[in-house]
Amino acid sequence: MGRGGKRAEQEVDRPMNLYTANHLQPAGGARGPGNGSGSGSGPVPPSEPLYEKRQKIFPKSVKGRFRRFKWLFMVVALAIYYLTPWIRWDRGPHAPDQAVLIDLSARRFYFFFIEIWPQEFFFVAGLLVMAGLGLFLLTSAVGRAWCGYACPQTVWVDLFLAVERFIDGDRNAQIKLNASAWTFAKISKRVTKHAIWLAIAVLTGGAWIFYFADAPGLAFDFVTGQAAIVAYSTVATLTATTYILGGLMREQVCIYMCPWPRIQGAMLDEHSLVVTYNDWRGEPRSRHAKKMVAGGQSVGDCVDCDACVAVCPMGIDIRDGQQMACITCALCIDACDNVMDKIGKPRGLIAYATLDEYDGNMALATNGGQTAIEPARVRNSDGSFVDRIREFHWQVIFRTRTLIYFGIWALIGLGLVYALLTRDRLQLNVVHDRNPQFVLESDGSIRNGYTVRLLNMVPEPRTIMLSLDGLPQASMRVVGITDVPGNIVAIPAEPDKAMALRVFVTLPPDGDAKASPVRDFRFIAEDRSSHESDAYNATFNTPGGKK
Amino acid sequence: MAEKHVDEISGVETTGHEWDGIRELNNPLPRWWLWTFYACIVWALGYTVLYPAWPMLTQATPGILGYSSRAEYAAESAGAKIAQGGIIEKISKSSLQEIVANPQMNQFAIAGGASAFKVNCSNCHGSGAAGGIGYPNLNDDDWLWGGDLDTIQQTIAHGIRDAVDPDTRIADMPAFGEMLQPDEIRQVAAYVSSLTGTPKNAALVEPGKQIFLDNCSSCHGEDARGNRELGAPNLADAIWLKVNGEAEIAEQVRAPKHGVMPAWQARLSSDTVKQLTVYIHSLGGGE
Repeated sequence: MGRGGKRAEQEVDRPMNLYTANHLQPAGGARGPGNGSGSGSGPVPPSEPLYEKRQKIFPKSVKGRFRRFKWLFMVVALAIYYLTPWIRWDRGPHAPDQAVLIDLSARRFYFFFIEIWPQEFFFVAGLLVMAGLGLFLLTSAVGRAWCGYACPQTVWVDLFLAVERFIDGDRNAQIKLNASAWTFAKISKRVTKHAIWLAIAVLTGGAWIFYFADAPGLAFDFVTGQAAIVAYSTVATLTATTYILGGLMREQVCIYMCPWPRIQGAMLDEHSLVVTYNDWRGEPRSRHAKKMVAGGQSVGDCVDCDACVAVCPMGIDIRDGQQMACITCALCIDACDNVMDKIGKPRGLIAYATLDEYDGNMALATNGGQTAIEPARVRNSDGSFVDRIREFHWQVIFRTRTLIYFGIWALIGLGLVYALLTRDRLQLNVVHDRNPQFVLESDGSIRNGYTVRLLNMVPEPRTIMLSLDGLPQASMRVVGITDVPGNIVAIPAEPDKAMALRVFVTLPPDGDAKASPVRDFRFIAEDRSSHESDAYNATFNTPGGKK
Repeated sequence: MAEKHVDEISGVETTGHEWDGIRELNNPLPRWWLWTFYACIVWALGYTVLYPAWPMLTQATPGILGYSSRAEYAAESAGAKIAQGGIIEKISKSSLQEIVANPQMNQFAIAGGASAFKVNCSNCHGSGAAGGIGYPNLNDDDWLWGGDLDTIQQTIAHGIRDAVDPDTRIADMPAFGEMLQPDEIRQVAAYVSSLTGTPKNAALVEPGKQIFLDNCSSCHGEDARGNRELGAPNLADAIWLKVNGEAEIAEQVRAPKHGVMPAWQARLSSDTVKQLTVYIHSLGGGE
């Protein structure tokens, strides 16, 4: 708990809430003096309630650069999610023409020009490992950017909040409406809002199933009631989760259900960018700055307008310091920057900052922690900041930790690309009969049986030449393909199918049959038009020394 | 509970337990969690009413839905039977040639025959159908009675030397110990041995051949290649069913041992016999 602890040492009078959101605490607990100031020996407050009623959050809308980025990201993310299944991709007559398709019944995964068979699932596993490492990388560099911008919970809650504002108005109107009696207007607004939420939820659940079947066909079947029950139950489940998690539970999901906030703690370090209230320039905060200054008191930049609190979708006060409930959506930065612009102060009172620079500036403002925050220590007489103020440098992102994460991430990525470029689209697996190990024919020749699995992994029919290599005198018979023994057999391979062939290999009686009871040879499958081939090492059993 | 303790940093009461200096904050749970918890309890109670749950003296309460895992198993088995029904009926109505020519029936028959073989036939013929001394290997191309589909079916259905079935296959090699002198038996054994190998005493082969032509060729043929009509084995090939070497040939001539195979049509349905036939035929030696 490095961060919370460090700050706590510097600022004992302000409780740091690393593990709890402040609105979960008893009234006045978060910012009131005394609650957390005692070391264990202080007076014990009355017992906390076992169960806490949820406090409704009415986030105010805000404009600014992070808000704009979030809108953009949301549109792109939602567009990818809803539209991807409808992209077509021509693969010829023997494979579906949907660009992204997880065909569970046929056990194929299509992604544009890539087709993955179940045994190639390591590609997906590799991508998941990359996604995990990518999260580590992102988190150690820019904190919980995933939570703030990209997490589906955040994206959908943002969407649902936009709907809510459209119907109910902004924060103040929402608070008023919430407190008002159940008039017809309120009821109609509530019905409209929840209806739109449900519609979004249905579309969200509906889009999901299109990844698993031909989208246009399934859409028609779904609407006309002919789709499989699992399609309806999947849509129903995802509709329910979208509506409940995105519409009703919102911030509760992030605080109580999601493990990621806990895991983040291990990934952030003193060089990670997190949304930070720079109290070294903000404190002492005051709503009556001019009066205070006139009275000879020093004040910081924070005018205590609570704009940052009003816009927070998590209902927290960023000025309490870094806390688990903060998803670093940066909307408080926008809100605060707007206020700073208005009152003519430099932006960045709330900003993305690292603990390292924060600590340095804090030490400057408090004379190494010996005094309370004194604005004069960080400012010149004209109000500008002193040169010793530390600011974020982009080079900090390129440090050992992030480079290691990136290195592993890139290595796996390169490995996957290499595997993709060199993978076989023609594969051969051979299972040698174990019982009987060999069969003695009436003319004294020895026969071995094999189950040869021939995988034609392209969506085109091919003629595959199956041959034996290393058993010069042997001949083979492929059941159902040819009854005439030969050394090489042409197999008509169906498109995008694995076929199991029964192959009998016969070795005529010869002088050195007694030499070695087990002989090594290879099955070779070759597509002579594309020059692809695959070989499989097999053995041929003979009675050997025994008669 | 230990005495109350408040965490200095968060101002939140801890549970009072301490593990190597680590304490657990005792934050209040959200109320929706409590209601979810209550809902789970209600669900659990409803479940115990609807499904088998409470243990009684002899058995558990059955639950008002009457569910049991055995009934579910029975229903699923019945469902599987119904799913098979079509193809088994098709097999019953089709000739063996039609079954083999139809990939779907052929695959089904081979798989069904393989499992019927494991249950009924593997005791004698071995799980890989490789047989043993006295029990024919069904993988090879050496057939006593013939290796085409209809002949195999006839053999499975009516058996060999079955005590009851009137159509059973019977081959009765006489005990030549009562008709030939021991010397003559040794000579004929040397001759038979010479057909595929080197006899111990080459001088016995020539007189042995004459004895063979006089006594054995009526069934085994003049060239000793056997006669499938009579179930007489081919003595001039590499495969020996019952004997290994000259001495054992002589013993078989003197007092032959005869194997018995039951008539399976009395025990298995005709479609199972058909599936077994297709399976045996697919093992590599089918004709």
